[in-house]
Amino acid sequence: MELTVIGQTASESAADGCSSSGCGGSSDQLSHLPEHIRAKVHNHPCYSEEAHHHFARMHVAVAPACNIQCHYCNRKYDCSNESRPGVVSEVLTPDQAVKKVMAVAANIPQMTVLGIAGPGDPLANPERTFETFRQLTEKAPDIKLCVSTNGLSLPDQVEELCKHNIDHVTITINCVDPDVGAQIYPWIFWNNRRIKGRKGAEILIKQQQQGLKMLTERGILVKVNSVMIPGVNDVHLEEVSKVVKANGAFLHNVMPLIAEAEHGTFFGVMGQRGPTHNELQALQDKCAGDMNMMRHCRQCRADAVGMLGEDRGDEFTMDKVENMEIDYESAMQRRAEYHASIEANREAQKQQSGQSFVALSSIKVNRKETRPVLMAVATSGGGVINQHFGHAKEFLVYEASMTDVRFIGHRKVDLYCSGGDSCGDAETTLQKIIRALEGCEAVLCSKIGYEPWEQLETAGIQPNGEHAMEPIEEAVAAVYAEMAENGQLDEARAAVQLQIGA
Amino acid sequence: MAYEIIESCVNCWACEPLCPSQAISDARPHFRIDAKKCTECEGEFADPQCVSICPIEGAILSPFGEPANPPGSLTGIRPERMAEVMAEIQAR
Repeated sequence: MELTVIGQTASESAADGCSSSGCGGSSDQLSHLPEHIRAKVHNHPCYSEEAHHHFARMHVAVAPACNIQCHYCNRKYDCSNESRPGVVSEVLTPDQAVKKVMAVAANIPQMTVLGIAGPGDPLANPERTFETFRQLTEKAPDIKLCVSTNGLSLPDQVEELCKHNIDHVTITINCVDPDVGAQIYPWIFWNNRRIKGRKGAEILIKQQQQGLKMLTERGILVKVNSVMIPGVNDVHLEEVSKVVKANGAFLHNVMPLIAEAEHGTFFGVMGQRGPTHNELQALQDKCAGDMNMMRHCRQCRADAVGMLGEDRGDEFTMDKVENMEIDYESAMQRRAEYHASIEANREAQKQQSGQSFVALSSIKVNRKETRPVLMAVATSGGGVINQHFGHAKEFLVYEASMTDVRFIGHRKVDLYCSGGDSCGDAETTLQKIIRALEGCEAVLCSKIGYEPWEQLETAGIQPNGEHAMEPIEEAVAAVYAEMAENGQLDEARAAVQLQIGA
Repeated sequence: MAYEIIESCVNCWACEPLCPSQAISDARPHFRIDAKKCTECEGEFADPQCVSICPIEGAILSPFGEPANPPGSLTGIRPERMAEVMAEIQAR
């Protein structure tokens, strides 16, 4: 029997499609979507917060050229040590890309999605992009294809896109106002000329919105990515959220600006700051009222391989791929089997997760109002707490409240424990992690050492290793219930509290 | 007469497919324009195509040996205003 949260009717609960890892009965994930859309995103790690625990994606860097300049992008992309959009180590020909996809899909049965995201703009390289798609549709029909674009040449490419097996398109839209756009895009290349400033931004905006409408009319799902740039488009993105929703986007993903001087981007060199965790979350919450967001985006490289948050690209460089012996037929069979087993697992977790909310709803009945709490979780995937604090490269942040547990986002950190020479820096690394966990009141992990435990506690973040291997939402709900029981939630925390979502 | 790509080129590929004369090759350490083939897009386009899409100021020299995209022309910020704009951006 599936028990429901107070304030939520049984029928809503049955229909909401939420399961253990992520949406937790909240309204800000995919639960509102019509069935045909949910079916399309169900196994897509980038679009479904829950799916990203189980499925892998890869990008192939076949599209080097770009037709616009963004102030957060550096066109010098040949770097193996950076992890951010637009960066790759090698540009592939379509034939090489197809070989690489087939090799990865044979070795990583979690593979469901192949995306082309650059390092330039895929639609500014139409022959290379579409040749890759054409071959893959034929050779690996079980792999979903996606493309990510700045939108400038999108209206001209919609017909061609529809010919391929493409369910999803991502458009990066940072503004709907050309005056804001002029501060982000110094120029575009349009009709064989460079067009600078406001005029260029105006054309780009018009093309983006037109492309969005055209894709939506043809039944292709469109996600909109926006880069939040404090002092430039941070306030404006609320308006962007409304406009793109009105024009048919099904998801709006607000990402923080990545700007470091060493990346050589205009914003990095000029010292433009990125948003704080709290600023980002506050904006995502504001936009969530209008639009359904995705908080688990990892802003991956244009040649990333593997589960979100990991990159196994090094295992599949072209020289290694060329030498792999692959049985394509049996690889596809293995993928099908893996996907079936995951599906069974997800169903099982879904059944379990309904029960954890019983504890929460009973709190609501028996006690006075308790405030929401942010908790950080160390996990290496699978929707369970299964990572040592010191091994976490990122923490997932959840918000527990009286009514539900919802996934808020992730926070990247440096490894606390990498052993060897770096141990001398352990103290500063730990302090950085503590700063990254700003606003969280507990951190759940499989294990944690004595020293970080002590320092976390001093910083007001309660470490907790009691819920190892448990599903994340259940554990967060249990810790929340315990905090409520101890009377820790009766008064507002001294630190800035984040607004609870509707 | 021809345009020339110099060492500040970042090998971003943007120019290569645009050249109407196929004068650009993905050479290393940086892309190269074959001076024999380059027509400066004369009679083809109003503006030379490689110059119009190159994202790096100074990476392409005009037939007179001067930067085709001089400092400040792509960022839209004149060099003398750089410090001022930087201060504005850092105050955000």
